[in-house]
Amino acid sequence: MSVTPPSVVSARKLGLTFQTGDGPVHALSNVDLEVRKGDFVSFIGPSGCGKTTFLRVIADLEKNTDGEITVNGMTPEEARKSRSYGYVFQAPALYPWRTIEKNVALPLEIMGHSAAERAKRIERTLDLVNLSGFGKKYPWQLSGGMQQRASIARALAFDADLLLMDEPFGALDEIVRDHLNAQLLKLWARTEKTICFVTHSIPEAVYLSTRIVVMSPRPGRVTDVIESTLPKERPLEIRETPEFLEIAHRVREGLRAGHSYEE
Amino acid sequence: MKPDSLTQRIVPVLTILILIVAVWYVAAYFMNAPFQRDLDRRGNVTSTTMEFIGKTMAQPKPVLPAPHQVAQNLFENTFLRRVTSNRSLVYHAWVTLSSTVAGFTMGTLLGILIAVGIVHLKALDRSLMPWIIASQTIPILAIAPMVIVVLAAVNITGLLPKALISTYLSFFPVAVGMVKGLRSPELIQLDLMRTYNASAAQTFWKLRVPASIPFLFTSMKVAIAASLVGAIVGELPTGAVAGIGSKLLAGAYYSQTIDIWAALIAGSVLAALLVTIVGIVARIVDRSMGGRPA
Repeated sequence: MSVTPPSVVSARKLGLTFQTGDGPVHALSNVDLEVRKGDFVSFIGPSGCGKTTFLRVIADLEKNTDGEITVNGMTPEEARKSRSYGYVFQAPALYPWRTIEKNVALPLEIMGHSAAERAKRIERTLDLVNLSGFGKKYPWQLSGGMQQRASIARALAFDADLLLMDEPFGALDEIVRDHLNAQLLKLWARTEKTICFVTHSIPEAVYLSTRIVVMSPRPGRVTDVIESTLPKERPLEIRETPEFLEIAHRVREGLRAGHSYEE
Repeated sequence: MKPDSLTQRIVPVLTILILIVAVWYVAAYFMNAPFQRDLDRRGNVTSTTMEFIGKTMAQPKPVLPAPHQVAQNLFENTFLRRVTSNRSLVYHAWVTLSSTVAGFTMGTLLGILIAVGIVHLKALDRSLMPWIIASQTIPILAIAPMVIVVLAAVNITGLLPKALISTYLSFFPVAVGMVKGLRSPELIQLDLMRTYNASAAQTFWKLRVPASIPFLFTSMKVAIAASLVGAIVGELPTGAVAGIGSKLLAGAYYSQTIDIWAALIAGSVLAALLVTIVGIVARIVDRSMGGRPA
């Protein structure tokens, strides 16, 4: 911990205002944040707090209207064009007419990798998400959890260092979610990616993250940033330790301070 | 297919068919009875009720031919004539079929082309769509003779003018269906392409086109039936040379009601056949694109 790792995402006074028929909506306001290489940063908050919007600004799917943001030292647009991140959406968004391996191959085809290179990467990434042997299946033949794992494999296939995940396990039941959380931590340890992870589950955020960004709505802003004191090695049982509960308590306090529990 | 499901499918259809035939016979009796009664009175013929009913079903030019008369005519003109004969329904069906298929092919291509343009160019969406909709409000019966006459004036006759009328009718459902199909990808799937920095062409070929295929086949089913109607209508003003349409026209001209009905049924069989073929191709394509078996 002697050398500070390089910054991956850096936001200064970031703001985004949507102009709607009912007047301006401040989706994000005054967000300052530094995500460093190798971080696992979770964004937590009630709906409308701008956590997904922030992720979409990083991905250049939305444009900020105030402040500055750099991704790998570039503007989000340059970063997107140099394909520096993989994005995992709330839904798997697999193409139903492609098999799992063809779905994983999609970004590789678009980026112009050779067939041999594609095959190699498909095998490697499917192995990484424990889906080896399912490559020839179509999405509908897989469970929801497996589909989401396939979509993670697709985001990993082209070796972007940054992984943006927007409530990827939100639609799954808790048992599957626990399992995938444990797998995601292993994957993170193996690949040393930087991960930005949006969630509305406190245990999920605490279990996964090195840093938890607590956000609150109207306007969407950061109310607290909590550094996790948990070790990197985290068995599922860690969630019953006093240390874990202490961090979860702080997150809850942060959410309360942002008036997130009102209404 | 299990024999079980086959029975389940065929029994309801047969039930309705039997019902229709029964109603048809009853209707045939009542429609033809006045003429037969008149005829009998003039000829001083007395007959039993059963004989009388029999005679209403055996007139050469009945108001409403009985089903067996139509069936017999259909059978004779389909199987007992040389297919090159002018009286063969196979020959006439073939003439109509060829212009239907030609018009359908052109209409489908045109429809796809228009849809691609509309989806990609906002200006086309605004300028073309109202005209396309307006084009379909014009009665085809009014347009068809003009197309035939105008094209004949510049020495284009035969298959092409009829096929153009089919094109006119069939491009519409394909264009509308494909606009919907090409726009069917969800925002999340388009966002995904954007995160890959995919070009517009890549998004088109890898996302929009495959997503639109089910829409294409649904609209093609409508389009092929419309093409057949177009071809038949196109044959009406050609001076009744050949085709199902000319057969209908000639039948009407010489009061050959049995011929009319036989031609009508030949037309419906043709339509059912064409729609079924499109449906089978749709299922094969769907299966090859990983479709879940129904």
